[in-house]
Amino acid sequence: MKQEFTLSIYSENHVGLLNQITTVFTRRHINIESLNTSESAIPGIHKFTIVVFTSRDQVNKLLGQIEKIIDVIKAYVFTTDEIIHEEVALYKVKTESLLNSNEIERLVRQYGARILEVTSDYTVIEKTGHKADTQELFDKLDNFGVSQFVRSGRIAVTKLKEELLSNYLKKLEKQKSLLD
Amino acid sequence: METKTQPQTKEANPMKKQRMTGSEAVMQSLLHEGVDLLFGYPGGAIMPIYDALYHYQDKLNHVLVRHEQGAVHAAQGFARVTGKVGVCMVTSGPGATNAVTGIADAMVDSTPMVVISGQVASPLLGTDAFQETDVVGITQPITKWNYQVKRAEEIPEAIAKAFYIARSGRPGPVLIDITKDAQFAQIDYEYKPVEKVRSYTPATPTKKDKVAEAARLINLAKKPLALVGQGVVLGNAEKELKTFLEKSGIPAAWTLLGLSALPTEHELNVGMLGMHGNYGPNVKTNESDLIIAIGMRFDDRVTGNVQKYATNAKVVHLEIDPAEINKIIYADVPVVGNVKESLPMLTAMVSENEHTDWLNEFRVCDKVENQKIINEELFPSKKGMTMGEVIRRVTDSYGDDAIMVTDVGQHQMMASRYFKFKNTRSVVTSGGLGTMGFGLPAALGAQMGQPERPVCLFVGDGGFQMTIQELGTIFQTNAPVKIILLNNNFLGMVRQWQEMFFDKRYASTELVNPDFQMIAKGYGVAGAIVDDRDNLDAAVQQMVSHDGPFLLEVKVEKEGNVFPMVPTGASVSEIRLE
Repeated sequence: MKQEFTLSIYSENHVGLLNQITTVFTRRHINIESLNTSESAIPGIHKFTIVVFTSRDQVNKLLGQIEKIIDVIKAYVFTTDEIIHEEVALYKVKTESLLNSNEIERLVRQYGARILEVTSDYTVIEKTGHKADTQELFDKLDNFGVSQFVRSGRIAVTKLKEELLSNYLKKLEKQKSLLD
Repeated sequence: METKTQPQTKEANPMKKQRMTGSEAVMQSLLHEGVDLLFGYPGGAIMPIYDALYHYQDKLNHVLVRHEQGAVHAAQGFARVTGKVGVCMVTSGPGATNAVTGIADAMVDSTPMVVISGQVASPLLGTDAFQETDVVGITQPITKWNYQVKRAEEIPEAIAKAFYIARSGRPGPVLIDITKDAQFAQIDYEYKPVEKVRSYTPATPTKKDKVAEAARLINLAKKPLALVGQGVVLGNAEKELKTFLEKSGIPAAWTLLGLSALPTEHELNVGMLGMHGNYGPNVKTNESDLIIAIGMRFDDRVTGNVQKYATNAKVVHLEIDPAEINKIIYADVPVVGNVKESLPMLTAMVSENEHTDWLNEFRVCDKVENQKIINEELFPSKKGMTMGEVIRRVTDSYGDDAIMVTDVGQHQMMASRYFKFKNTRSVVTSGGLGTMGFGLPAALGAQMGQPERPVCLFVGDGGFQMTIQELGTIFQTNAPVKIILLNNNFLGMVRQWQEMFFDKRYASTELVNPDFQMIAKGYGVAGAIVDDRDNLDAAVQQMVSHDGPFLLEVKVEKEGNVFPMVPTGASVSEIRLE
């Protein structure tokens, strides 16, 4: 059964790594639904957050291949209920349509969005939330004409009490010092 | 499979910093890693390194090949027979792209190798400069690791890391791309061998509870079958394998790359797995109640149709690479780790056993296969010579103790079936990638790695001509490679498939060949040609006693087929005997 999975991949911050990671997906014809890269809480460690829609079996195989990449430190997979996740969306509308009725203002309030910038020509609205919410707001705003729309990749943190990566790094340190 | 570095590289005895160029640093780094032989081809972007090599000729033997593909295959041949890291050097652009096939081959067959490629000077990167290619981008999916060096200071560390990654864990090829300006620049050289990389775990320690669970299944099994892969050879675990098998009494079959890990005549050796493997191990796979996979990866040429594979068996999978677990075949008990470590743990926990009845079932299969296939292949009643009889004659002449190198195709399967082995690391063949043209340069590399052992290359008339220019390298080095050309004037394996699955439509498989003896003569390689069985013995003897390289060309039956065969998509138990 296919379902949505979020992968958190921690790596060294090296050039070319994104390409190596995405190749694992493209080689197997698996579409990346969303992708985000950023620093992690640990200095020097980079984090990739990738959303895919596939089976549990397949996602485990992906994980194995990703962890094989030399510069990848560790990768984890989560189902959607195991994480807190958000995306941010920007909507650009004509200021004229904002002024013509109360509707856009009402939508902004109703959806907990905010207005980032207003000029005489255009207004930029921002909303963070799950994909379904930002999409719903787009559909509503588009009745008034959205000239530009963009949604970021998913970002996510786990609901777990313990920190998987820190624990892993500690374990690694212990194992490797045993080898010395 | 971690080969320890030379004593002089220990941190306890640090080198004093020395002023030198990046190119000299490459030479010094190679020496630190214990390299004394490398294969390569110079060109514009690697000239400073070759210039440095000029001053190191007494310590580093550089073999000048005739094409970069040859350099990589030679390094593979060297690595496979010695267990050391094979090293080659190529220039940028076409030099590097010519190396790609060999790198891909080494990747899929887990061969430890370091490729050093020259690159245009760093200010020119990305400008489509002369002989510039994005070799790091091109080789990313076919290397275990690769890295572009743009500053000379990075050279020692990059090379140290390259060797560590190439040889540790599941081995593989590593490419280091060095820009020309980094080769010229001066640095204060200091070498520190790499012994760990934070983001890389070569092998996880074997879990005792998994071994115990595996042992429990083994002790319960009535019809266990061990599948031996190259992991045993790469882990130097041949002795551990033998001890395990002999205590548990489990019959063992091997994959193409697991060949020679267990002597041919060992009583528990039941033969080859897969498409052209032996009858017994294929049909018995589906009767077995427990498969013990040891350092192998369930390649599709081994499993046939995976839905109909090992249908009555539980699976224990001993494997160093965690990504191989459950990749193709679900493992009821995965034992992740080096088999060198896990096999003795398993041996300690299994009970002594003799699976006499089960083993006899394999003997019955052997009888069937002998009658239907092997007898006719080795002692043909027809006039035309078979590949099998030639191969058996050659192996007999060397007392079953030669290194067998093959190219790819019918002769490869025949050689794997009929060549015999007493010792491990005696097989060099292109398994996963199936690279035609692999044989000749790989044989050269194997011979240079094991100068005291006889090296027999079996090659077809198709594959021979893909890298035939390496006869020049053999001429120049006088490496005494014995080349057995099994000439049927066909791309035999493709022709066999055309015969069986494409109604004998022989599209572009018949070759009009040159006079191979004359070509060999041109390269100063002695030779003999045999087109009659009566002359075979004498010609083989001539080859064996010849001091130096030799081309024995045998005109074999034009339309011979390799059997048994598991057709693609069929189950291993549907193996065809005719």
